[in-house]
Amino acid sequence: MTFRLDAAVGSRGFDVSLTVGPAETVAIMGPNGAGKSTLLAVIAGLLHPDSGRAEVDGRVLFDLAGGRSAWTAPHQRGTALLAQEPLLFPHLTVLENVAFGPRSKGAPRQEARETARRWLGAVDAGELATRRPAELSGGQAQRVAVARALAADPQLLLLDEPMAALDIHAAPLLRRLLKQVLAERRAIIITHDVLDALMLADRVIVLEDGKVTEAGPTRDVLQRPRSRFVAGLAGLNLVAGTLTEHGVRTAAGQEFAGQHDSAMEAGPFIAGQAGVAVFPPSAVSVFLSEAQGSPRNSFPVAVTDLEPHGDQIRVRAGDLSADITPAASADLGLAPGMTVFFVIKAGAVSVYQA
Amino acid sequence: MRPVRKNSAGLSAVMLLTAGLLAAALSACAPGAPGGTGGAPGTGNAAASGTSGGSRLSGKLTVFAAASLKSAFTRLADEFERRNPGTEVVLSFAGSSDLVTQISQGAPADVFASADSKNMAKLQEASLVGDPINFATNTLEIAVPPGNPASISTFADLARPGVKAVVCASQVPCGAAADRIEKATGTALKPVSEESSVTDVLGKVASGEADAGLVYVTDVKNAGDKVEGIPFPEASQAVNTYPVAAVGTTRNRELAAAFISLVTGSDGQKTLADAGFGAP
Amino acid sequence: MRRRRTDYTGIPAWIYAAAAVGGLLVLLPVAAMAARVNWPQFLPLITSEPSLTALGLSLRTSAASTALCIILGVPLALVLARATFPGQRLLRSFVLLPLVLPPVVGGIALLYTFGRQGLLGRNLELLGIQVAFSTAAVVLAQTFVALPFLVVSLEGALRTAGGRYEAVAATLGARPGTVLRRVTVPLVLPGLASGAVLSFARGLGEFGATLTFAGSLQGVTRTLPLEIYLQRETDADAAVALSLVLVAVAVTVVALSYRGPRRTGTAARTTAAHASGGSVQ
Repeated sequence: MTFRLDAAVGSRGFDVSLTVGPAETVAIMGPNGAGKSTLLAVIAGLLHPDSGRAEVDGRVLFDLAGGRSAWTAPHQRGTALLAQEPLLFPHLTVLENVAFGPRSKGAPRQEARETARRWLGAVDAGELATRRPAELSGGQAQRVAVARALAADPQLLLLDEPMAALDIHAAPLLRRLLKQVLAERRAIIITHDVLDALMLADRVIVLEDGKVTEAGPTRDVLQRPRSRFVAGLAGLNLVAGTLTEHGVRTAAGQEFAGQHDSAMEAGPFIAGQAGVAVFPPSAVSVFLSEAQGSPRNSFPVAVTDLEPHGDQIRVRAGDLSADITPAASADLGLAPGMTVFFVIKAGAVSVYQA
Repeated sequence: MRPVRKNSAGLSAVMLLTAGLLAAALSACAPGAPGGTGGAPGTGNAAASGTSGGSRLSGKLTVFAAASLKSAFTRLADEFERRNPGTEVVLSFAGSSDLVTQISQGAPADVFASADSKNMAKLQEASLVGDPINFATNTLEIAVPPGNPASISTFADLARPGVKAVVCASQVPCGAAADRIEKATGTALKPVSEESSVTDVLGKVASGEADAGLVYVTDVKNAGDKVEGIPFPEASQAVNTYPVAAVGTTRNRELAAAFISLVTGSDGQKTLADAGFGAP
Repeated sequence: MRRRRTDYTGIPAWIYAAAAVGGLLVLLPVAAMAARVNWPQFLPLITSEPSLTALGLSLRTSAASTALCIILGVPLALVLARATFPGQRLLRSFVLLPLVLPPVVGGIALLYTFGRQGLLGRNLELLGIQVAFSTAAVVLAQTFVALPFLVVSLEGALRTAGGRYEAVAATLGARPGTVLRRVTVPLVLPGLASGAVLSFARGLGEFGATLTFAGSLQGVTRTLPLEIYLQRETDADAAVALSLVLVAVAVTVVALSYRGPRRTGTAARTTAAHASGGSVQ
């Protein structure tokens, strides 16, 4: 009883396989243009993949493998789509919007309205029933859109950055609501926000350039990023290279000393394999001259940017960041363009296979 | 039915632009656009030099003529220019009533040739023309598509059930003539359409839409083999007389008189007879 | 006098002068015509039997051709706006052809299609259907010239609305027919309405194609423009009076239901602009 997908779209370099369990929520993360929306469009039947197969609970959505061509029309798939914008039908009342799904499936008008009222109540929007979409705030409209999607009783709920267009006050409310409704439901949610992934999803799948690059329980993926994209999401510095006895050697020949991660399921490291060194910006100190003494990593970088980060100052130097106090920044007289030394204790650097 | 030859393109362009902008009913009135006449004022002046010595005429003459005169008057204008080097004849053909409207509105015509006396009378009442001279007559004829599919041979055949006959509306001269014949013969036609011009009647017949139409002898002649003509004796009940007159505002009285005498003279009459017109 | 405060428009001053000339080019002739109306005789002139018959025929045929435009134009606009197929651009060019074609050319083309000797007319004749010289011919001619107005207007509205609402509706389980009926059509209703009004107005003014194709017989094919054209031969006063009636009818129809492009253009695009959903007529 799962959702299973295997699809390729040649023109977009898209080739993805994934499964989603009966009550599982999977978060899809990835940089812009990675193919996240393509994935949802293929699942919903709005985009025809070149090849592949998808089924939900044994029902075939499409099967284009080996010259076959089975194709289920979007309206028969049971894959309700909730987009960034609520896209409530402007000419229908809130109640009629939510009743749209049940009505489309042939429910009598009264019954459909009952269903709609129930779902409006569930998203705490019962009092909006008679309003027009234009009379709703962004947050209200998105809540109604959630109710509309759920009222269609989808076997798979597709959410395309549902919080992205909301202001910062409305987003937490909707996030709480989604946590509630997604708990017992099969869903795929595209998000840019680590918080969404942690709060709403059981697993995260990272898409880059149309391919799955990382997948696993959200916490694991975020704790041990293997790509710069995920490291960025988790707020960590990541240096890629090959594994050595003491750490990682970059392609440029720079050594990063660190702690080999013993919790690796793959067992002990093998020198020469691809590996990453990961460390938080808070573990990076900034000096004007090279620091001595081991076990430390010390290397010169050119400051590219300075920006506030909580009560710290984040010093960016290319792909790496350091968090220091404003006082320290002032003492050092930091400015973009300056060359400084980033110093990291080897004990703060995690090293593992990529 | 636009003015032919040496048209004032600029004015027409403005008219067309206006028509295009209004785009609806008004645009439909474009045929016979009033004001699309030749000759800017002041350029077509007489300059009839040499008074004695006979016919040393020069200058530009604008002739407004009924549409049915097109082929005959085009030939007469060529003849006139050939005989009087230095002259130029600008012709404008349209329905007689259109031309009357245009002349009333001050269109710079020197000569007006009407397809009926009624329209000429309108200008006479307004003292806009000199004394008219009748120069031709025209009678109706039945026009049928080639092969005469409905086997029409008499005027009475037009009233036969199932025959699609097209006539001119009684508001226009050819329709008035048809009315007169109907009254005189006691035959009531049930036309499928009452067109507003002879051209439209001919078009319906030539395309085979209609089985027969009532048009002038000259129209049948002009149409060549696109239609066949069937003369009928009752046509004599309604003979249209064509009068011609100099327009009162002409600055080229001598040139206008010369053109009128060509039309009424023996050469002009021969050309008109060739085109199917009868003698006045 | 104090200057009225207005929002910044960014329009150079001379534009107003040019706009005024443009406006006058349309208004002045209408005003000039109104000035020539024989007012004491106005009522008798426009209530004469031929006039009323022609007006009634014009309204009936225009209504029929507008209905035909909707029946044929909505599918055309949908196909042009939503589908992709080879020859689409060519199809669009041909659909828009009557916009730039002189109506009389349209009449000739129709004649060779539906006329007695025409492409289809010959077969229709065998079926006992005669189009030429009938009111149906008038409706056909009007539809021919008015159809592009509806298609252009609706296609624009469809493109502005985009396909996202339809996609959402489909994922909610609505079959294509339901999506069309409950989502697409309501969304573009303002565009459809203005297209229909333009078509009606165009049909009302149709002259050239009707004259060429349908003929002119009182009560059957002689619409108001044809009546005006004919009256002009003998009774200029009647022609002017009827012209004014035609202008009045057209202006009334357009003013009543056509609220300008601003509203229709954005109504479908954003939810907010649709606040007064009642504006859809």
